[in-house]
Amino acid sequence: MNFDDTPQEAQFRATARAWIAANAPKQYEEELRKSSLGRTVLKNANILEVAKAWQKKKADAGWACLHWPKEYGGRGASPIERVIWQQEEGPFGQLSRMFIIGHGMCGPTMMAFAREEHKRTYLPPLASGEKVWCQLFSEPAGGSDVAGLRTRAEKDGDDWIINGQKIWTSGAHYSDYGILLTRTDPTVPKHKGLTMFFLDMKSPGVEVRPIKQASGASDFNEVYFTNVRIPDHQRLGEVGDGWNVSLTTLMNERSAIGAAVSTGFPELFEYCSSLMLDDGPAIEDRAVRSKLANWAVKASGLKYTSMRAISALSRGERPGPENSIGKLVAGSMIQDVATYALDLQGASGVVSGEDGELAGRFQAMLLRAPGTRVEGGTDEIMRNIIAERVLGLPGDIRVDKDVPFNKIPTKGRG
Amino acid sequence: MNFDFSDDQKQLRDQARKFLAEKCPPKAVRVVLDGKAPYDKELWKGLAEMGFLGVAIPEEFGGAGAGHLELCVIAEEMGRANAPVPFSSTVYLAAEALLIAGNDAQKKKWLPAIASGEAIGTLALFEGKGNPSPKHVKLTAANGVLNGVKKPVADGAIADFAVVAARTGSSGRDNDISLFLVDLKAGGAQVKSLTNLDPTRGQAEIIFKDAKAEPLGAPGEGWSILTQVLDRAAVLCAFEQVGGADRALEMGRDYALDRIAFGRQIGSFQAVKHMLADMYVSATLARSNSYYGAWALSTNAAELPEAAAAARISATQAFQHCAKNNIQVHGGMGFTWEFDCHMYYRRANAMALGLGSLTYWEDQLIDRMRKKNAA
Repeated sequence: MNFDDTPQEAQFRATARAWIAANAPKQYEEELRKSSLGRTVLKNANILEVAKAWQKKKADAGWACLHWPKEYGGRGASPIERVIWQQEEGPFGQLSRMFIIGHGMCGPTMMAFAREEHKRTYLPPLASGEKVWCQLFSEPAGGSDVAGLRTRAEKDGDDWIINGQKIWTSGAHYSDYGILLTRTDPTVPKHKGLTMFFLDMKSPGVEVRPIKQASGASDFNEVYFTNVRIPDHQRLGEVGDGWNVSLTTLMNERSAIGAAVSTGFPELFEYCSSLMLDDGPAIEDRAVRSKLANWAVKASGLKYTSMRAISALSRGERPGPENSIGKLVAGSMIQDVATYALDLQGASGVVSGEDGELAGRFQAMLLRAPGTRVEGGTDEIMRNIIAERVLGLPGDIRVDKDVPFNKIPTKGRG
Repeated sequence: MNFDFSDDQKQLRDQARKFLAEKCPPKAVRVVLDGKAPYDKELWKGLAEMGFLGVAIPEEFGGAGAGHLELCVIAEEMGRANAPVPFSSTVYLAAEALLIAGNDAQKKKWLPAIASGEAIGTLALFEGKGNPSPKHVKLTAANGVLNGVKKPVADGAIADFAVVAARTGSSGRDNDISLFLVDLKAGGAQVKSLTNLDPTRGQAEIIFKDAKAEPLGAPGEGWSILTQVLDRAAVLCAFEQVGGADRALEMGRDYALDRIAFGRQIGSFQAVKHMLADMYVSATLARSNSYYGAWALSTNAAELPEAAAAARISATQAFQHCAKNNIQVHGGMGFTWEFDCHMYYRRANAMALGLGSLTYWEDQLIDRMRKKNAA
């Protein structure tokens, strides 16, 4: 049992570290290091531009999408090298957030199902950040129940005509392309009538409208499709096989987002270490210490759980199912952490933004936190996944499983 | 990086699991639970023969000289089997104290006897209510004899010797405390069994009346040694707790698959599935924290105090959580004496207190994290 790199890993780390030291946009390092959930990170620069520039620089030097094959813009690196890169990239990794969907979900789906010429055309600019991709799955009528989606695709010669609406599409407003899950046959049970495509987001008939979130910010969008044409060669997988194609994407979604989610604990510990309460330093208060200790062991438990998965990668094995707990634990934890930080501030905890304590760090965290428990699979869906895939418990009884999609009820009451 | 046990260590774990499945089925645990024996003597002998009692004791003192990672994997299996033997008192507490502070003669006298299963040892620290603290130690040592009362003492009624914390000063500082070794069969120690939450591991009161004692470690160093012993034991107990938590989770999972209600497996109801998923989450966090503790223990890392406290808290919570919800998944049957669920519930809650309660370890963890940050 050790935390040491193998000689090859150490060499790779040294090379990555040297390149990052020479090339990273250090002027933003401090701000990126201080960023936390729900807070815009750069004051005097457009983060999208900074992120795109960093991604392009990495791609030119062979440091983008490390685990992808070289011909698609990657480095052909091993999974453990990818992890070492992330460790070394540190706070600059925050700049990859806008590419998570494209690199973590759209890319792997394209790689598995697109034609070779499309892979060679579309994947390298996706890797380099010159083109941004989004994922168009969720709908007003299909969130956790993605297979309940209603956006129609109808064949018209060599094209498909798309009509419908997507929702919760991260980054659609700055995306160039998207992968789109549609219903091609409403007369068969819901999982069987789906088909996947990719499309140009600038296609005529695509309209993107930002959603104002409960937090006040707008990271997500509604996307409307009105008679949008997609050529058949942009279909991913067989007609009617869209559900299986989407599983590739969703499995990648869960691992990608799970890896990036934060707990809020380091922020809270730092805060409590300097905070004075009426009767002394917060960190010396019994109740505060007990809360901190309970969150500390969750944060360290997650950290060492991911170390175990990384060790499996280092040995060339597939990580076990332990990592599926990350998002579930961190999501509700960061919400509780933010709530408690405000509680410690008393009545003034209500003041947010620049007027608030620590420029409203924990207030922003609190307002953004509900989203982390929903996006990429709700807490309840994550528990189902653990129960079914890890513990081997039976799947839910699905009353709509064998019913033609167009016969499934659409309203709960009257 | 290889943050995992080696293939050899995993093999040892499998070997221990197989051995315990055969020699320590629930039926054997129940013999002790029902008060028909103070501990499982046959199993204790078998553990000695397998080399498990002395796995971390150096060869020169009669052990296998393997190491603490090996002891961790065995501890996990002891917890999984709910073994009714004085393993933790003898191996994690008494043997560790001797390894840290014993002189050559003391090690030669007791360590081979531990490894061979001839001697049961324990730590006599507590004196009634309260968590580990030098100010709670009232028992006195003077002129080579001890006077005072210790309770509860884990496995005190069956122990051959005890490491005893005694007051040797009155300055109000940690160095008022010194440790002593007492041969409990040599007279001067009066032992009384106490009823307790987990009858598969006894608790006792020991009254010391002019009991002959020899110093263990330097005078005034008692509290410092004890702190190290408790940290080391915290990691080892955490592995027992992780083993117990996993077993309780498996029992709940199996029952949820077998039991039919409302015309379906109860494991198909989300209320039950989600409860089991949450148990898996606790058990996984505990296992990962314990692995870190094992690394720190086996390398004697500067991180050990913090890692031990984190492992202790996480594993205590996980075992309590899994044991109580295992009963819940079983419904009424889980609340019968006949089903094994309560054995894990009892063990989980007794273990949560043995080295000091959660409150104590939470406090320790924050102190140690602050120290690290300040350094």
